[in-house]
Parts: sequence; C-alpha cells; structure tokens
Amino acid sequence: MATTNLAPTLPVGATSGGKGTGPRKKMKSFYPSWFFIPAVVMYVVFFAIPTFASFYFSLTRWSLFDSQFIGLGNFVQFFQDPQLWNGFIHTFEYGFATSAAKVVLGFALAVILTGPILARGYLRAIIFFPVLISTIGVGIMFKSLLDPFHGMVNAVLGFLHLPQPGWFTDPALALGTIAAVDIWKGVGIATLIFMAGIVAIPNEYFEAARMDGASSWAILRTITIPLSRPAMATVIILSLIGGLRSFDLIWATTGGGPGFTSDVIASVIYKQYQAGFYGLSTAGNVVLFVVVTAIMVPLSSFLNRKTVEL
Amino acid sequence: MILRRSATRALAVLGATALVGLALTGCSVGGGGGSSSDGNSISLLAGGNDPLATKTAKDIAAAFMKKYPSIKVKVDTRPGGTDGDNLIKTRLSTKTMDDVFFYNSGSLLQALHPDQTLQPLGNEPWAASVSKDFKAAVSTSKGMYGAPFGSTFDGGVMYNKKVYAKLGLSVPDTWAEFISNSQKIKAAGIVPVVQSYGDTWTSQLFVLADFANVSAQDPNWAANYTANKAKYVNPPALAGFQDTEEVHKLGLLNKDFASLTNVNALKMLATGQAAQYPMITVVIGNVIQSNPDQVNDIGYFAMPTANGNSHATVWEANGAYIPLSTTGAKLASAKKLVAFLNSPEGCAVQNAAQLPAGPYATTACTVPSNAPALVADEQKYQDAGKTGLALEFISPIKGPNLEKILIQVGSGISTAAQGAALYDQDVKAQAQQLGLPGWN
Repeated sequence: MATTNLAPTLPVGATSGGKGTGPRKKMKSFYPSWFFIPAVVMYVVFFAIPTFASFYFSLTRWSLFDSQFIGLGNFVQFFQDPQLWNGFIHTFEYGFATSAAKVVLGFALAVILTGPILARGYLRAIIFFPVLISTIGVGIMFKSLLDPFHGMVNAVLGFLHLPQPGWFTDPALALGTIAAVDIWKGVGIATLIFMAGIVAIPNEYFEAARMDGASSWAILRTITIPLSRPAMATVIILSLIGGLRSFDLIWATTGGGPGFTSDVIASVIYKQYQAGFYGLSTAGNVVLFVVVTAIMVPLSSFLNRKTVEL
Repeated sequence: MILRRSATRALAVLGATALVGLALTGCSVGGGGGSSSDGNSISLLAGGNDPLATKTAKDIAAAFMKKYPSIKVKVDTRPGGTDGDNLIKTRLSTKTMDDVFFYNSGSLLQALHPDQTLQPLGNEPWAASVSKDFKAAVSTSKGMYGAPFGSTFDGGVMYNKKVYAKLGLSVPDTWAEFISNSQKIKAAGIVPVVQSYGDTWTSQLFVLADFANVSAQDPNWAANYTANKAKYVNPPALAGFQDTEEVHKLGLLNKDFASLTNVNALKMLATGQAAQYPMITVVIGNVIQSNPDQVNDIGYFAMPTANGNSHATVWEANGAYIPLSTTGAKLASAKKLVAFLNSPEGCAVQNAAQLPAGPYATTACTVPSNAPALVADEQKYQDAGKTGLALEFISPIKGPNLEKILIQVGSGISTAAQGAALYDQDVKAQAQQLGLPGWN
C-alpha cells in the first residue's frame, strides 16, 4: 500500500526501475539525436578514453615518457605494499564509521528540524552550512582550530583544565578526528535528504496515529522510521561511497600521517602518483574502483529492493 | 528499418566524435609551440614559488635583459616539492617546458630521463670550470645536461653557538658526546634537539646527513645499494634510524615536534629556545628573512658518529637546464642565459638575491665575505677533506616514503629496525621504475 505514496522520495537511480518504461520507448525523444553529440564527445574524450587507457596503463611500468608492459606486476606489487593493508583497514573503518554516524545523526536532526520548533529555518540553514564550504577549506580550518599548541579548541580545554590531546598529531586519534570533521561537514546533506523523506510522509498517518493515542516514540518507530527507508537507502549509499573514496579532507589535514596512521587507499594511491610510479598508482585506482563497486552494487540493489517490498 | 536507421545514426555519432576528437588533439599540438619562434623572447621557470625562488629568478632575468637588451625573458613559477616534480615531468613529456628551468641535480634529475628530454650542455665554454662532483650529478653515461645554479650546501646539525658558549659545550664528534651535550642543554631548560614533523621532509636528516659517515666507513656502500646488495637494516646505514629513535626515547625533543614547522623550528634555534637542529644548511635563507640579527649565532657541525671522525654530507648545487623542445634561435638565447648564470655578473646577482649556504660548484663564482657564519664551519670540513656527497647524488634510488617512515620511528610508533626494514621495501618500487639491474 505504501509503495505508491513512496514514489516521490525514491532515490534517483530507482525511478526508472518500473516495468512499463523500457529503454526502447525512451528512444522517441522530442529532439533529434545529434543533440547528444556534444555530450557524447565530452563523455568519450574525458571519461571513456581515459578510463580504458588507465586499464591499459595499470599493466605497464609508466614514466610519462615511456611505458613498458609488465603484465600484472603492478597489482602484485600493490598488494605487497606493507602500507596497503593498513590503508584498506583505515578505509573501511573510516567509510563505515562516517556513514553510520551520518545516518544516525542526520535522521535525528531531520526529525527535530521537521517538528514544530523555534527558529526552524535558521537551524536548518546552520546544519546545512558546512556542506557549502570547500572540503580543503574545512580541512585547513580544522587543522588550525585543532592545532595541539596554538589551536583554539585546545586553548579552551586548557582554560578548563582538561587534557589537550594532539588531535591530528596523536597516532591513536588522527583518523578518528578526521572522521569527526567529515561527519560535521557531511551531516547536513544527510539531514536534508531525511527531511525530504519525512516531509513526504502523508500527514494522515500521523493524525490517525495520534487519534489512536500513540505516543511520540511509537509514531517515530512505526511510521517515521519505516517510511523514510528510501531516504535512508540514499543516505547510506551516498555517504558510504563518499567515505570509501575519501581523500581531500585527509590530505588537507594530516596527509595520511603521522607516519601512516591515517592513510586510506586513496592517499596511498596519491602518494604513489607523487613518487612518479604512474603505472603502480593507476593499478591502485583500478583496485579502488573494483572494491567500491564490489561493495556498492550489491548494497545498492539490496537497499533498493527493500524499498519496493515495503 | 528502425534498426538500419539507428545504425546510421550511431555511425554518424561515431564519425562526429572522431572529427571533434581530431580537432581537439590538433588544437593541443598547435598550442605547444604557440609563441613566436624567434629567439628574442624566452621563458625561465623559477625553482619554486616561494618569495626567495621567485625573487632570484626575477633578478636574474632583469640583469640578463640589461646585458642583452634584444632578448626578453619571461619568468614563470611552479610549486615546490613533489607537485613541482610532477609539473616538470608533465611539461617535459608534452613538450611545453619553459626554455630554461631550475631543478635539483642528482637522483631527481635522473627521473626526468635527461637523455630523452634535455639539451646536452657538456660542450659549453662554462662547463670547464664546474666541479667534478657537480658534473657527475647532472650527467648520464651519454652527456652532461645542467649548469650549476646556487651554491652547494651541507647536511648535519645546525646549532646555536650562544647556547653552546653559555653552557661551556664543545662541538661533538661522537654520538655519545652529542647525547651528553644534549642532556646538559636539557638540564639548563633549553630544548636540546628540535624536530619539525609538521613539515614532513624535515624528519629525514638524521639518516640523509649521516651518509658521508656511511661512505667513510664503506666507500662502496652506494654502489652496492644501487645493485640491491647493501641495505639500511644493517650497519653502518642503520645508525641514522637508531639516532632518530634515540632522541625521541631520551625525551630530548621539543614537545610540539609532531606539529612544528621548519620555519618556526628555525626561529626557535635562532633565538636560543632550542640548541640543535638536524638540517640542511640551505634553510639559513629563511633565518636571513625571519631573524636577520641572529643569523651568525647559528653554526654547523657534521652528524656525529659512534666512533668519531665525523664527515660532512654535501648536497650539490641545483641545476639550470634547457629542454630538447627548445630549438633554433630560442636555443641560442637560452644558452646565453645559462652562460650568464656562470659569469661574474650572474654570480653577483645570485650572491645578492640569496646568500650562499656553502661553497659554489663552479670556480666562476666566489662566496662573498658577508656569507652566514655557518659557511665557515662547513669550509673547515672541506679543508680537512672530511666530506662526502649525499646518497641522492651517487645513487638514483630514493624511496618516496622515507620521511613518513622516519616520523614513525621518531615519534615512537615503530622501532628503528622496523623502520629500516620498511624503507628497504619502499625503495624497491623506485628501483624497478628506473629499470635498474638486480631488482626484479
């Protein structure tokens, strides 16, 4: 029954999933197909050719000046890299931690911000604001705020006689601190998606439930949470993809350091590129692509199937 | 019918794509040699984009244009560090490099594949006055490709002479003396050894500046290392890793070692808040900017060793290079600019723009009398014949992760032995990338 009502909030990828709209029907367009040429050219020149070229170059030892075919040597070497397993573990820790936190916090904030509270519009803007700032800017800002000796945060902690940890310089804290900053930056978009999901739930359900004497908790548990499931799928997928391939924030704050304690796959790949190992880093990108795909495709189809079954 | 029509359509799209693609590549090829082909205007790529590198390049261009009014020199800048390396490789491989550019000599130059990308300069008149070590650092088996730019400099320990005088300390020759000095400095409430892992490259000096001592003990070490026979996990090379570990273990470091930057560490050293800093002396240029009155309070000694007889590790001057893509009249003008750098006028501009941090690599230039005090300390090792080149000038192999590995060792995350083993792994990729024999 709920399926029809959910239609407006289905995630982008799921809207064309219906049985009636085959690709053949879509061929009948208002516009002649040569309208697509600019887009196709852009796509082929800047996406398709580089992608396939990178599959080839991942099999070579490449110095930009010349390349030598070495088969799967780069992949062997990549997996022998002692930092790589570290990077893999950090990537998963980081991806799942930030994604889970964004779902929980984003949902909680969305419930509050769709309720009747004071200064709702202002609070919504505040929550969304970090999303608008460039990630590198956020990284540099937090690096100075959280500087262990000259940062504002530790100055306040010191004033209150609390311990002043080296947020980005203590090996035990670095990755967690970056994850926290990532959550601060990304929770706004999760909140926005959840709010859209919650607002789309027809008011009649809430009214009927209240009429029956349901508590706020019961309403949340039996109406709001199940009916925001499509929004939840979208948030999980977006934040997990973002987390698994995150790089810019890590690079702007710690550069993978201290030592290798906050290295993720993407930063390992970037460092190999910096070192001039172009073939090796291309192989790393192919591995990252495969890993993200291997996680996201089953997860996405699982989450989307759930929404249809509801 | 429908099928055929869509097939023609697909063909049309493909054809159009190919055409546009051709046009695009055509454009980029045309763009490469964009500027006019006469030799009256050439471009010069500075050795970085910091104030010092930019000013030096601009001063040189200005002095050159004064001498040769018919030639115009346009100065470009580039990022430093690994971003700069990639920019230079990209420009060389796309044949869009400036007509003259400044870059490191030694292993970083080798990674540019000079035989395929640079103009040989071995027959230029100035080449005869260049030192033998510098020649080796800018040559392959096929030829010589660079002219010296700037002075040589040493790696070792920069120390505050006033602190040493106040506490009655003398320059250490053995590691034990160094540690005992450091304990006394610590007891006096001054930071004994300053480290600045906020700039990750600064973590490497206990290892890199110890290399003259390694060479002194085993003259064939570098050759064996290149041939995959000598390793950092074994003495004598392991000492640098152990030193890095020990200064942290003994609590001799500044408490903000994990976040301090190079420039701020130098300020601490200049003002006597810290006494000793393992460094390369070229950074004295920053002290000239930040603490001009204290430049001569800073001295230099070579990295101490277990058994004494310490040697100073020498870094060769950077080079000026001309890419193969510069030809004809432009090449003649570019060669004039390179020759100008190695003339008395060019040396005067270099001396004025950036005071030398060590002796020059060419007899065409002389160190002025107002050079920083530590240059005299470096000269003592030269006069005693107790110097050796840094590893990057005698072996093409330098692993990319040394700085990160040493931060781990130097902040107690891993031990010296673990760090050295990790670094031995790390250089393998570099050796294979260069196609060296014995590494497959």
